[in-house]
Amino acid sequence: MRLPDHADSDRKGDHPSREHRDDPPLLCAGDKKSTSAVSKSIEEFTPEQEYYIGRSVAAVILNKYQPYTNQPANQYLNLLGQTLAQASDMPEIFRGYRFLVLNSDEINAFATPGGQIFVTRGLLRCCRNEDAVAAVLAHEIGHIQLKHGIQAIKKARITDALTTIAAESARALAPNEVAMLTETFGGAIMDITTTLINNGYSRSFEYEADNAAQTILRRLGYDPNGLVEMLVVMGKNLKSGETGFAKTHPAPQDRIDEIQQKLGIKYSRVQTPEARQARFTKAVGKI
Amino acid sequence: MKRLRIFLLAVLFLCAFGLPLYSATQEFLSVQVKEGQMRSTPSFLGSVLASLAYGDRVELIEDKGAWKRVAIGGGRVKGWVHMSALSTKKIVLRAGTADVQTGATSSELALAGKGFNAKVEAEFKNKNKNIDYTWVDRMEMLAVKPDQMLAFLKQGQVNPPEGVAP
Repeated sequence: MRLPDHADSDRKGDHPSREHRDDPPLLCAGDKKSTSAVSKSIEEFTPEQEYYIGRSVAAVILNKYQPYTNQPANQYLNLLGQTLAQASDMPEIFRGYRFLVLNSDEINAFATPGGQIFVTRGLLRCCRNEDAVAAVLAHEIGHIQLKHGIQAIKKARITDALTTIAAESARALAPNEVAMLTETFGGAIMDITTTLINNGYSRSFEYEADNAAQTILRRLGYDPNGLVEMLVVMGKNLKSGETGFAKTHPAPQDRIDEIQQKLGIKYSRVQTPEARQARFTKAVGKI
Repeated sequence: MKRLRIFLLAVLFLCAFGLPLYSATQEFLSVQVKEGQMRSTPSFLGSVLASLAYGDRVELIEDKGAWKRVAIGGGRVKGWVHMSALSTKKIVLRAGTADVQTGATSSELALAGKGFNAKVEAEFKNKNKNIDYTWVDRMEMLAVKPDQMLAFLKQGQVNPPEGVAP
């Protein structure tokens, strides 16, 4: 598949991190055989419980990365992100979607089951316009909407949690049961953060999130080419073996191919209104 | 002809005694988000008619794909809520209520404040004192007001996200 003309990207050969992505993550719910069994138990978690899981996943992420406390950048991200969320198939979540920039040159983004979404400065620098930022945020919303984060929790841990929660329906938990539930909770947080930070989702989950993103962008009138252009810049900037995006996502070119083939998008340069470009530049243009 | 007359009389008899020829069941849904909004139209741009709290029961009146028209207060207030804010499960605020005692299955019942909750988070924090929640709490405050979002949409020539189908 031909690359966009105006941005020639180096066609990298297989880099070491790609082998990792072919390994199934801790719980590969992309595997259709197990999906129905897994998805039934996933549905048992209420949005409230997902919110609490999300808070602690967010706290662990913020333990590794510093927040970027620039108010205009974060306000812009929340204006854009919360608008995108309203156009998704899951606009309502327990306490709403919230976005925060991370102060890191690494190219990366994370979404927790509770609706907290993080994007690094490094990733925002791969965006040339608001449509590209919209694509990044919509992709993360897609992961939440499709419950990919929750599906990273090991099946045995879900069973443990749900068994204890069922017991709690009849009576208050004994102290040792509270301790057990806390341990299960801690394990669940670790399962999710390990997937987000170290292993990455399955390839099919990433493509599903790209697909969900395109739906959101189309509904609002954002140019879907924004994602393609962002991936091209990312492809140029990612270093072989780098932690972060390179390790946890399919190679940018593979995603571009998937987007263009599966979604039938014929690439053309992003057309964006001037006002949109101006506010993008003002908020994150020099991030 | 005689059989028909008898049949019609039987139907009238049933109707007279108020027995429905078909049953119309009420369907209830529960609010599964912390704060929900009931709107005048099936759109996030619709004006808010009422605020809904976690666990509130609403009666389903009309189903329009992703948006549900519901009623509260014995049918006095009617409005639209997005399906992602609603659950078919009954959300019970306390353990030991009649519903729990009847042994309702977990597919019918959800327990508010149970399982992974603020208490479990506090215990987790206790065991992991190096993990700081300051910015987790701060980012929750970054809510965008409806008028800010409208201005953002308009300025950027972005379509309003209304009436989104699943």
